[in-house]
Amino acid sequence: MGTLQTIGATGEHYVAQYLERDGLTILDRNWRIKEGEVDIIAQEGATIVFVEVKTRSSEKFGHPLEAIDAKKAHRLQRLALAWISLHGSWGSDYRIDCAAVLLGKGQNVEIDYRKGVL
Amino acid sequence: MTLAKVKSIALMGLTGHVIEIEVDISEGLPGYTLLGLPDAALSESRERVRSALINSGAPWPNKRVTVSLSPAWLPKSGSSFDLPIAVALMIAQGLIPAGSLDSTVFLGELSLDGSVKSVRGVLPALVAASTQDVERAVIPAINLGESGGIESIHTIAVNTLEEVMAYVKEGVVPDVPITPINSERPHVLDLSDVVGQPQARFALEIAAIGAHHLLFIGPPGTGKTMLAERIPTVLPPLTTEQALAVRAVHSVAGLSIRAANHDALPPFVSPHHTTTAVTMVGGGVHSVRPGACSLAHEGVLFIDEAPECRSGVLDALRQPLESGAITISRSSGTVTYPANFLLVLAANPCPCGKYSGRGRACTCTAVQIRRYLQKLSGPLLDRIDIRTFVETPSRSEMAASELGESSEVVRNRVIRAREIAAERFSGCDWQVNSKIPASALRQKFRASKEGMSFLHNELESERVSARGFHKVLRLAWSVADSKGHHIPTRDDVGMAFSLREGADIF
Repeated sequence: MGTLQTIGATGEHYVAQYLERDGLTILDRNWRIKEGEVDIIAQEGATIVFVEVKTRSSEKFGHPLEAIDAKKAHRLQRLALAWISLHGSWGSDYRIDCAAVLLGKGQNVEIDYRKGVL
Repeated sequence: MTLAKVKSIALMGLTGHVIEIEVDISEGLPGYTLLGLPDAALSESRERVRSALINSGAPWPNKRVTVSLSPAWLPKSGSSFDLPIAVALMIAQGLIPAGSLDSTVFLGELSLDGSVKSVRGVLPALVAASTQDVERAVIPAINLGESGGIESIHTIAVNTLEEVMAYVKEGVVPDVPITPINSERPHVLDLSDVVGQPQARFALEIAAIGAHHLLFIGPPGTGKTMLAERIPTVLPPLTTEQALAVRAVHSVAGLSIRAANHDALPPFVSPHHTTTAVTMVGGGVHSVRPGACSLAHEGVLFIDEAPECRSGVLDALRQPLESGAITISRSSGTVTYPANFLLVLAANPCPCGKYSGRGRACTCTAVQIRRYLQKLSGPLLDRIDIRTFVETPSRSEMAASELGESSEVVRNRVIRAREIAAERFSGCDWQVNSKIPASALRQKFRASKEGMSFLHNELESERVSARGFHKVLRLAWSVADSKGHHIPTRDDVGMAFSLREGADIF
């Protein structure tokens, strides 16, 4: 742990665990195309769930989810539709969730998971 | 509890509306949506409220916050909603109990450190609240001086957001000393400062008695401004109701509150001659602010160098001169402010200023002179009853060491004369001589037989117009009141005639 990439990857790892514990199936991780990246793509029943994970090691600079602005939200919408059309699931239900991961001192991990926020 | 409701007051001119501020905190991305036609200052409330909450030890909800100000159709402006929004946010987060805030209104701007700052229009807001089922008002401590005179509302003055929390939670009323603002007496002007000028002094006294508008014409430096500035000191002191109305307008304009011991002194407002029509009568985009003529409500509006005013500025005063109020329409709504003022204009006799007087060298051409005073439009001049010359004081007047009559002596005469007039007009729609309608002048309020025949002679020889005829009669009543005559005599009418037509350069 230490660099920004590893902090991000650690956060995504914890969220993936959290989702699997909740009974979701992980379909894809770090799916990347030219327009951008979706951190986690999972399935809950018939619904495809796209998850944006924001990880921070302290709340000193505001809540992690405040970093998601209108532009980012718009990009996530487009990425979600792109994934759906590329995987032949056109017409299926989908939603976009956001997760804030706060990596505290030691093993202390807080996950603030918000469903269907975009 | 994720939903909270708190009340506040929004002003449209001097009319207050109770506004319900609803805050809803729901799951979702952190965000803040403000609904209900906010202006720029109000839209910025998020940043102020957020910092104030955090710096007062309260958390900011990192959730989706929706703030709705209803009724939604009413345009809302200014920073006075910061405090109620902050209180509603604390209730919605469960930090303070919702309790019984149904009959409490909150007003105040928040500073980033959590202190409560002053806002405009606290007085009219409280007046409005007192008519609408409100029992308590939490206001900034700095504005406490404005709440005087409103008994039906219990006001709680606060300095910080923490004090508000303590009040809502435990009912602790913060101990804020009432410090009268501007408590030191400003320099008081007095009519005894004016040297000589018997004619102008007389004109000023008659103007004060009958509320006649006044035009001073004279070379620079003869004391036109000095005389005008002293008119409020000879006017009768304002009644409590009048003082409240004056304070309300000044409060909306954000002017510092007049000290209590000066409450009774009629205001004096002197806009510069480069002023625009909007600053003269009021206006503005988001909130319609009162203009100079409303700030001079129940007092004196003095315009120096009146012919230098841009065209249209003075004529914008015609409506308030007629109705005693000004109605301004903007996209945000239509607002009426009171504007019952005594208009005093000052002008040089010509562009160089040396035309009148004892034959000094005036360098203006005849055309220039004629054009100069023609800049005062006919309809406006028509509403000005008294036109008087102000001359350079004579050698003996300047040398005299004794002071002229003091304001108090003149004021007492004015008060007595106004009492006589008020008695005469009991049961009428008007209170002062300048407002006697023409029909009443021809029937009930005629001058004496000799006075009337003098006027009819002047009319016949075309030295006075039909309109001037009525103006002179109104003035004659004021002259009669000042002398204690129960009906204007031939001399009273003659004097009135010279006040109206004396400065014969139009």
